[in-house]
Amino acid sequence: MRVLYFAWVRERIGLAEEEVSPPAFVETVADLIEWLAARGPGHAEAFVDRARLRAAVDQDFVGLDAGVAGAQEVAIFPPVTGG
Amino acid sequence: MIRVEVGRTAIDVAAEMARVEREGTGAVATFTGLVRADADDQGRGVRRLDLEHYPGATEAALVRLAKEATARWSLAAATIVHRVGPMTPGERIVFVATAATHRGAALDACAFLIDRLKTDAPFWKRETRGNEQRWVEARTGDDAAAARWTAA
Repeated sequence: MRVLYFAWVRERIGLAEEEVSPPAFVETVADLIEWLAARGPGHAEAFVDRARLRAAVDQDFVGLDAGVAGAQEVAIFPPVTGG
Repeated sequence: MIRVEVGRTAIDVAAEMARVEREGTGAVATFTGLVRADADDQGRGVRRLDLEHYPGATEAALVRLAKEATARWSLAAATIVHRVGPMTPGERIVFVATAATHRGAALDACAFLIDRLKTDAPFWKRETRGNEQRWVEARTGDDAAAARWTAA
């Protein structure tokens, strides 16, 4: 699974993307965030406030309760500020 | 005609307008968003704005919005051009144009597109004041503006 990070999530983690193989208990985006947070201090800092995180699974915006089974690409980012 | 473009070059409003007007309809409405210099509480204005996006997903989100507006207001044309990368105050960030038979549809569709773009398309702004960089926080007013198009 490819995980993409944007804006301050990307900056805190220090990576724009990474390839990961989450264990079977990772069923939702929230589970994935929980699991990724343990990868290092940057990840932990980026994911400290879950209320400020948004996500997309295979490029569709979803809630953090959405499933990730079979997903090729999951993106985690702050609320959007375009326009 | 649906036209969506996300790019790093300056937005050519005249060229975009010409494309929309060539559709030969009665009414064209447009919105242009510019980089504001907004001073902070120490009087430091924004000297640079960086726009980040999610390549592929951003364009797809804009096409979805343009298609939704075209169906809802029977548009002859919907154009969304959004700049990414570094910009300075006064430069154009976004240009939206809609063409319809009459003004009501064109104006409503144009407002719909810019309101929904702000909440539905993955873009992130980072401001530079002095030597300090700060990611812009999402505004709750933007959610309310986008929600008014689904309340009816």
